[in-house]
Amino acid sequence: MKSRLATALRFSALLVLSVLMALPLVWAFLAALRPPEVPFAAGNVFFGGYLSFENYQKALSLAPFAQYYWNTFCQVGAILVVQIGTASLAAFAFARYRFPGDKVLFTIILLQMMIPSAALLVPNFSTIRFLGLYDTVAGIALPFFGSAFGTFLLRQTFLAVPRDLVDAAAMDGCRWDQELRHLFLPSAQASVAAFALSSLSWHWNDFLWPLVITQSETARPLTAGLVRFTQMGEIGAQWGLLSAATMIVTLPLFVVFLIFQKPFVRGYLSSGIK
Amino acid sequence: MGAPRKTKLLPYLLVAPTLLFVLVFTLLPLGEALVGSLFKQRLNIPKFQDPVFFGLGNFADLFGDPDFLQVLANTGLYVVLFVPLSLAAALGLALLVEEKLRGIAWFRLALFHPTVLPLVSAATVWMFFFTPEYGLWNQALHLLGYSGPQNWTGNPALALGSLVLVAFWKNVGFFMLFFLAGLQNLDRSALEAARLDGAGGFRMLRTIVLPLIRRQTVFVTSIAFIGAFQTVDHVFVLTQGGPSGSSSLLLFHLWQVRFERLNVGQGDAVTVLLVAVLLAFTVTNFFWGEHREK
Repeated sequence: MKSRLATALRFSALLVLSVLMALPLVWAFLAALRPPEVPFAAGNVFFGGYLSFENYQKALSLAPFAQYYWNTFCQVGAILVVQIGTASLAAFAFARYRFPGDKVLFTIILLQMMIPSAALLVPNFSTIRFLGLYDTVAGIALPFFGSAFGTFLLRQTFLAVPRDLVDAAAMDGCRWDQELRHLFLPSAQASVAAFALSSLSWHWNDFLWPLVITQSETARPLTAGLVRFTQMGEIGAQWGLLSAATMIVTLPLFVVFLIFQKPFVRGYLSSGIK
Repeated sequence: MGAPRKTKLLPYLLVAPTLLFVLVFTLLPLGEALVGSLFKQRLNIPKFQDPVFFGLGNFADLFGDPDFLQVLANTGLYVVLFVPLSLAAALGLALLVEEKLRGIAWFRLALFHPTVLPLVSAATVWMFFFTPEYGLWNQALHLLGYSGPQNWTGNPALALGSLVLVAFWKNVGFFMLFFLAGLQNLDRSALEAARLDGAGGFRMLRTIVLPLIRRQTVFVTSIAFIGAFQTVDHVFVLTQGGPSGSSSLLLFHLWQVRFERLNVGQGDAVTVLLVAVLLAFTVTNFFWGEHREK
């Protein structure tokens, strides 16, 4: 029943909207490669005649992006590894055992999903300072070592493991850690991957908390480094240079996303089960 | 028979790490902020370096401060603009990309990709779009024959709108994803039946599709609402709350109170208010969602 006209209209609408949505990234990509001597002017803000890596070189010389990378990498990696560990243990306990107080404990943990960590910035700042972790990568990562969302998501998945299999494993004398490693976790691979990718992109992109908890280059991650870069006096409105810095911060995760689009989207969607 | 003592303790040990981090970084800070909000402590004023009991004084100060009232008004306006606009657009986009079409994967990618970019990077790029003279927005306006606003983020009437625009661009594809998932789970036969009964496009959307994706709608509304309160990265990059406080949002104000003005007590008071708003929303939403489900 669908007419050709309707399809053509839909296609055109999507084309226009897609171009508009993609404009910022496309512009930044091109602007970063503009030769610095070609000034921006009305009608001439995209391709600058020929390509140049000068903006990238200058951006890299003005701020320690390699250090920022390392910091972000450590922060995101530490959070990911510890979160998956703590969340699978807790999820396993809630899915596998009945114990007095289990409902209460589960509810307490779920509270974390109702109060976004951003709102608790100020008291958490005091706690991290009290622990002597101010201005360290560990200080950025520590508050996220327990994840209610991860616990919730993995518990849901673990509950789907057939009871017969669990009983059989117990009969065979499986220890709890063997059950977790050989029975529960393998069945939850998709959930773990989805959770990992959503955690990865959330913390890679996080800005306000790292900004507050760091003050030196040795701990500052990419996002906070970029904002500092944009506010440096000598940068001003050098759009090519700013774009190069933006691309340095943005491209790696974006390329990972382009390669793993499907699991990424699943990760974003699973953060919807909350 | 009786399980050995070891197994009785085991579940508690397994839950302990997660519980510990939740207690230390969610529950404890909540109590800390509640108590702290009752004390006057200002690190940049020698007399008030140590906390002194202040009752509800911090809250009284806040609500007597025109700047804070302005922040509340800004935040309210921001939420009221951002949430309905981005949700309506997200639903529209989901309907557009739902059915197969040549190049649909590319269209979805183009609409969704801003979700993955760090907001500070996106805002840095948008800084250029908003710039006077040759910024893309002004060029576009000129093409349309309008010589109007030159400096978007520097204009008190437009600064907050600029922030909404960036947040809209960043999130609309993310919200679209949830509507899309809802639409793809719809029962095709119900839609076909309605179509055969002669239901028009808009009526079908309102009477059949929307009720069927109510769960997704409730959920997306809640993440949109919470997101509007917890992300202020674009404020840092684009406007720093200015000009003259016209684009300051609650969380950005909290940052200024605590880390620029070093007013610890008032920072705790703002934290309490922020958490109260978010909790009120998530809890009602949770119960509303649960209740209507049955």
